Amino acid sequence: MDALVNKRIKRVMKGDQDAFAEIVELYQHQLFQICYRMLGNRHEAEDIAQEAFTRAYVNIHTFDQNRKFSTWLYRIATNLCIDRIRKKKPDYHLDAEVKGTEGLNMYSKIANDEELPEEELMRMEVQERVQYEISRLPDKYRAAIVLKYIEELPLAEISEILDLPLGTVKTRIHRGREALRKQLSNL
Amino acid sequence: MMNACPEKVIRMMDDYLDGEISPSEEKELKDYLQSCSDCRKIYQELTKTIAFVQSVSHVQAPPDFVQKTMAGLPKESQRVGVKRFMRHHPLMIAAALFVLLMSAAMMSSFSDDQQFSFTKQENLVVEGQTVVVPEGQTVIGDLTIRNGDLRVDGELEGDVTIVNGQYMASSGVINGEIEEIDQVFEWLWYTIKGTFQDAMSFFGGDDQSIEE
Ligand SMILES: [Zn+2]
Repeated sequence: MDALVNKRIKRVMKGDQDAFAEIVELYQHQLFQICYRMLGNRHEAEDIAQEAFTRAYVNIHTFDQNRKFSTWLYRIATNLCIDRIRKKKPDYHLDAEVKGTEGLNMYSKIANDEELPEEELMRMEVQERVQYEISRLPDKYRAAIVLKYIEELPLAEISEILDLPLGTVKTRIHRGREALRKQLSNL
Repeated sequence: MMNACPEKVIRMMDDYLDGEISPSEEKELKDYLQSCSDCRKIYQELTKTIAFVQSVSHVQAPPDFVQKTMAGLPKESQRVGVKRFMRHHPLMIAAALFVLLMSAAMMSSFSDDQQFSFTKQENLVVEGQTVVVPEGQTVIGDLTIRNGDLRVDGELEGDVTIVNGQYMASSGVINGEIEEIDQVFEWLWYTIKGTFQDAMSFFGGDDQSIEE
């Protein structure tokens, strides 16, 4: 698989778009999945996954062929997702200020804004509920949880994708797991 | 978790769920969970959480995803487009080259009359059969001279091709390539080289590794 991918990448490096189409074909579902689980929205996921492929194509000459292509590609995608999530935050922030709530820190404002009423949670299908709870995690835990439990990648690869030490990746998975446990305890 | 619970239990649970626990600690953890219902509940909730997260069905990219993504890419370089065209149409290329060679050969037998000619560029001066870039003048553009010589006393910004002639020792500056071609056959070769080069690099060299 890696040898096959590298052959295509060599062709892409020479500017061959057909070879890149085969790469997109190969990774589209996994990349879309990562974006979808990170963002919780199909439309945005499509947007970001497409952007990630475009960036990979434009920057293909910076890819080190001794490494795994998927790691590089997922890294581009998770970075874009995290950027997107962070860009959305100020909106919540502003909304909360307009409402004039006092004495709450930013984090709890965001959490409150995102939290749905109990009866609505109970009406959700399990899958929908799980996705909802994932998208309520802070972005740094979210990426680690998605890569670990949905993409089922080894910790070493996750640490490379997120450009974080192994210990930090573990901590984020532990904290994300613990947060999800609490959020899902009534399920 | 109760205050009485040892602090290392959480750490052991995490190690266990990461698949990185030693056999002795695994036994210690299991024994402990038998005895403490609070910690057992946490452990069960954690495993349930993982199972839930893993159970979300895998989503697929929309059916037109590849096509849309490709359409959004910046345009590919023309060189590769030509290369791919040749890869897909080798016979057509061979035929085109044949026609080109034939017509070029006919043209050369036609114009075998050794006529002096050169590319008209501003500021150029002609002295007999010699094209001159005068001192203090700058000529911008490529220059092809047939059956004549070139002298540069001023400045030339462009590539020079001289067929059946020569570049005379000059005091000026040429910012470009100089190519002197003496033979009619070489001239022929020169005219078709541009087209031919791409074909050659396809038939040999690093492009040999065509897959599938
Ligand atoms: Zn306990």
